[in-house]
Amino acid sequence: MEVLYLLIPISLLILGGILWLLFWAVRSGQFDDMEGPAHRILMDEDKVVDEQKNSRRGGTG
Amino acid sequence: MTLPGASADIEPPRGVAPAASCYHCGLPVPDGLELAVEIDGAERSMCCAGCQAVAQVIVAAGHENYYRVRTETAPTGDQLLPDFLRETEVYDRAEIQREFVRTLDTDLREASLILEGITCAACVWLNEQYLAALPGIIDVRVNYATQRAWIRWDDSRVKLSEILQAVRRIGYRALPFNPAQQQESQQRERRLQQRRLAVAGLFGMQVMMLSISLYAGAWSGMEAGFEQLFRWLNLGLTLPVLLYSGLPFFTAAWRDLKRAQASMDLPVSLGIGGAFLASAWATLAGHGEVYFDSVVMFVFFLSASRYFETLARHRCAASVEQLVQSIPLTATRIDDAGAEESVPATLLGVGDRLLIRPGETVPADGEIEAGFSAFDESLLNGESTPIEKSAGDAVLGGSVNLTQPLELRVTAVGADTVMAGIQRMIERAQSDRPPLARLADRVASRFIFGVLAVVGAVAFYWWQQDPERWFETALAVLIVTCPCALSLATPTAISATLGRMMERGLLVSRASALEKLIRVSHVVFDKTGTLTLGRPQLEEILPAEGVSREQALTLAAALEIRSEHPLAHALLQVAGDGNRLSAEQVENVPGGGLRGRIDGRDCYIGSADFVVAETGFELPAAWQARLRDGGATAVILAQADEMLALFCFRDRLRDDAAALVERLRASGRQVILMTGDRAAAAAEVAAACGIEDARAGMSPADKMDAVQALQAEGARVLMVGDGINDAPVLSAADVSIAMGGASALAKVNADIVLLGNRLEAVAEALARAARNQRVVRQNLAWALGYNISAIPAAAAGLVAPWAAAIGMSLSSLLVVLNATRLTR
Repeated sequence: MEVLYLLIPISLLILGGILWLLFWAVRSGQFDDMEGPAHRILMDEDKVVDEQKNSRRGGTG
Repeated sequence: MTLPGASADIEPPRGVAPAASCYHCGLPVPDGLELAVEIDGAERSMCCAGCQAVAQVIVAAGHENYYRVRTETAPTGDQLLPDFLRETEVYDRAEIQREFVRTLDTDLREASLILEGITCAACVWLNEQYLAALPGIIDVRVNYATQRAWIRWDDSRVKLSEILQAVRRIGYRALPFNPAQQQESQQRERRLQQRRLAVAGLFGMQVMMLSISLYAGAWSGMEAGFEQLFRWLNLGLTLPVLLYSGLPFFTAAWRDLKRAQASMDLPVSLGIGGAFLASAWATLAGHGEVYFDSVVMFVFFLSASRYFETLARHRCAASVEQLVQSIPLTATRIDDAGAEESVPATLLGVGDRLLIRPGETVPADGEIEAGFSAFDESLLNGESTPIEKSAGDAVLGGSVNLTQPLELRVTAVGADTVMAGIQRMIERAQSDRPPLARLADRVASRFIFGVLAVVGAVAFYWWQQDPERWFETALAVLIVTCPCALSLATPTAISATLGRMMERGLLVSRASALEKLIRVSHVVFDKTGTLTLGRPQLEEILPAEGVSREQALTLAAALEIRSEHPLAHALLQVAGDGNRLSAEQVENVPGGGLRGRIDGRDCYIGSADFVVAETGFELPAAWQARLRDGGATAVILAQADEMLALFCFRDRLRDDAAALVERLRASGRQVILMTGDRAAAAAEVAAACGIEDARAGMSPADKMDAVQALQAEGARVLMVGDGINDAPVLSAADVSIAMGGASALAKVNADIVLLGNRLEAVAEALARAARNQRVVRQNLAWALGYNISAIPAAAAGLVAPWAAAIGMSLSSLLVVLNATRLTR
């Protein structure tokens, strides 16, 4: 069980890392708009790209 | 496999009649009008030149995808009028940009814009794509929730006015927006809460993990060294949660103590503070119970529920702020030389002379210098009949000039205006708490004093009986009875409901409206703009013999371009801006029509009475028959020597009006139609949507009397209205809903505003209010029942603090989870 003396500090480091990440996310406004991005990812950039994608999928599938 | 773009034929969005409706905005296409745009390989008909222009721009820029993915129709297109172009150009001036533009580098600029007309996610996409493709735009981001755009551009390559015009070209309206201090402080508050939540959640997870090991160890035995290590780790991990995430509870409790009040924060602070100190003592001493897990769990859940409450509040505030901001934006200032210039209303000073055209909103308080006109001041005092004013009379900012252009001298600006006072009023309304929530607070407050007394008594008793156990028992009572479930019961349910209603396009401006909605027995509808679209559409043109439709339309447009009347707008929408004649000496005859000269001949357009009185001609028999048809509004065009054409306008019933009335009647509520319109028009609409009680020809005062008469008979009245005339009725009713297209005034007075144009949302509001009530009752019953039944057990020393903490947390969690059912 002595491995705990290694695992606990590692978990604390990871905790610190995640905390820093979350603080960064809050600061850079990642949580400001919780709706728009969910829709945005579904939209293709424009029609040309859209058609290319369709034909590519048609070809492989 | 279906891809969003794969199908060749595009289904029109919900709520759009498939035949003869504008492909772009969904309004009906007037008879005989042939405007079309090729979209996705098919000709799509358009209802007006404005929509056509917008659709052409969207297609030409390669953004046809917008029509595939949108879920709501677009706002009706407007033409870029010279006035609008001139208005936007003022935003290029440095002294005006100072207000809302941040200059990053010599030419690199950044600004926030309010976007009007965003109805679905596709609008966000379209705006971003279209703007990003403009030369000189460096970055653009549109926030769907707040309807704000953030934009960064190179001023040497593109001007701000060009950006504003570009947005207008695809059918939206962008207004520069000065992110007020309030906005920034709200954002800071939100981000601080997000960080507090992150700390409580992350550290909480670690503490829980170690605590589970400790519980397992207590069960099956563990090395004393590890047990002690885990306790110390938990102590260290709980400390940031307590001091950072839990800080608001301590400061609030301290503030309440100083004012000798009790709120939930007091027992929360005592609970988490006491449990932490006892645990820390046990850790230091090396024996005794630790409650670190209870502390972090408690702090995390409470922080989470407070964060969601804040979000709901801020969103509500943002919508209203946008409303108020969009009222007076620019003003026409007359300088000493008599030249007119367009300036932002924020730059006006006391003593400035302004030109106010008919239809414009007065941007500041002032006094009339020259001219006379009628003003609609209902926004400011609820008086809906226009008030005649002439030189020397005071005019209030926010009132609407109805008839004649006039000159105004500014007497008050900014925070001194009556309008600013109204804004403060709205803010006050927003901090309104529903009666049930206030009751829960009062109960909780008394409960807290009771709890503290019980805790003291229990501690004293056990101190006498068994000094070993006094702290443990007292702490168990304190934790088990903490009324946090009780305090969470109402706010969590209400914020869940408000949040969900907002997503469904129902902006609730007073939370107390939810409770009033449940008891509604009578629903009163206004007609124009509520059950109908509120925008007259040109239905038919009846030209006289020897006159072509185009001729009639061109002549009429030449006159109507000078008017701000809704009918003029409808006519111009159809006429487009092709070869336009210019009319001279156009004069607005209030209540009649317009008189002017085109090509040296006198022309008249207006009501039949007005035109007949002006020209002295008889109306053709076919026209007279048309005029007797009650549902439509007829306007006649004539020249000095002949009658030219009759234009028929009709307001269309909303698609979901009949379904809504049906649902309301099915739920056992009385539905009444009250309108100022003629009986024939009222009967037509009432019959179409199945309303039996239709009352026509009512003035705003009549409507108010009728509503009050219903109330005197014990009815609870929900008023659904739109427009300036409805303001007094909206406030007289028990609870009111205003349509999204309603004038700013109706919005101010209404409890709920429909942001979309879905009328059926009214029924949804009633259903959601009822669900909200059920959940609040369940929550309160559970919380009270739990607290009351747990006290005797804890006081008898039968409940260990850890069990108390689990019970209390589960109780709160249950309440919160029950409330989240409302978000569906």
